[in-house]
Amino acid sequence: MPKVKVPRKSTLIDMTAMCDVAFLLLTFFMLTTQFKSDETVIVDTPSSISEIKLPDTDILNVTITREGKVFFNIDNKNFTRERLLGKISEKYPQLQFTTDEEKAFVLTGSVGVPINQLKGYLALEEVDRKMYSQPGIPVDSTNNELGIWIMQGRLSNPGVRVTVKGDQGCPWPIVKRVINTLQDKNVNKFNLITDLEADPNKLKGI
Amino acid sequence: MAELEQKQVGKKGKKKGRKKMSTRIDLTPMVDLGFLLVTFFMLTTTFSKPQTMEINMPVKPKGEVKEEEQNALKASKAFNILIGGDNKVFWYRGLPNEPIEPITASNYTADGLRKVLLARNASIPEMVVLIKPTDDANYKNVVDVLDEMNISNIKRYALVDISPQEIDLIKNL
Repeated sequence: MPKVKVPRKSTLIDMTAMCDVAFLLLTFFMLTTQFKSDETVIVDTPSSISEIKLPDTDILNVTITREGKVFFNIDNKNFTRERLLGKISEKYPQLQFTTDEEKAFVLTGSVGVPINQLKGYLALEEVDRKMYSQPGIPVDSTNNELGIWIMQGRLSNPGVRVTVKGDQGCPWPIVKRVINTLQDKNVNKFNLITDLEADPNKLKGI
Repeated sequence: MAELEQKQVGKKGKKKGRKKMSTRIDLTPMVDLGFLLVTFFMLTTTFSKPQTMEINMPVKPKGEVKEEEQNALKASKAFNILIGGDNKVFWYRGLPNEPIEPITASNYTADGLRKVLLARNASIPEMVVLIKPTDDANYKNVVDVLDEMNISNIKRYALVDISPQEIDLIKNL
């Protein structure tokens, strides 16, 4: 009796379809991705029901940490940051920024050092700069450097939109001082950055 | 793996000439690579942009403003929210020296401040809410109250500095 031949089937699977899917997804993620920006400070924002999205460019951001330190950031559309540093060094001629420091300022994120320490901060190596704990920009009534930053920032990019990003636990008097500074510089319309929270009025409908 | 099929091609073996090579390629490593990159991009991407809440502050008056030039707020229309420390919140109606409804403690839940705001907003025409954070308040409390304005659909509200009289009101409560 002849043996029953069990035909050996190949275990090969056609991978083409899977490959197609993988690369389709890859293309999608590559095109939609926006890398998380290098945050120098971590802030836990409060939540609100507001659904206005924040644009990517033309943003002047004031960050307030839980400890009440104030940081300043502006996006670099059309070389705003270069212009801003130029204006700062015009105002403070004793700070002669080198080309390397200028480059460092353009690439770095939020700034939170008093202006007289800015040169030293920018001269640090990139790794050291990330490790350095910035003391925050002074906002006292006698030495309000935040006002200078805001004014020069707005001069560098007139179409800029001012946002305030505060930590949930930061004490109100500091936020009030920042808001007063903004009002002094005629910024009466600004945005508070918040997380999304469900709107109870909409939840009723479900 | 791909070699298996090459053997099948040459099964008969009688015809001389060049072997027909299979055009099949093993795609497994390519798929591996594809998914590795997909995972990388999926994890680094940020989809949700942060939300923002727009806030308008009044223009600071330049120089001294005379008493008559200021628009006096009618006591009957004023609704004051006092934000204290430790997540406490209080409200009263009227002006500090002539309150219409006395100061009451409340909280940030849906049954607290929101209920009062909705009820008063419906019964009082042109109600104006004055939000007065004390120095003990934190930023979250203030944003929560501003958010309550949006939820209760109150259009007239203002962030105002607290007066010493009102701080005493909270202390005496």
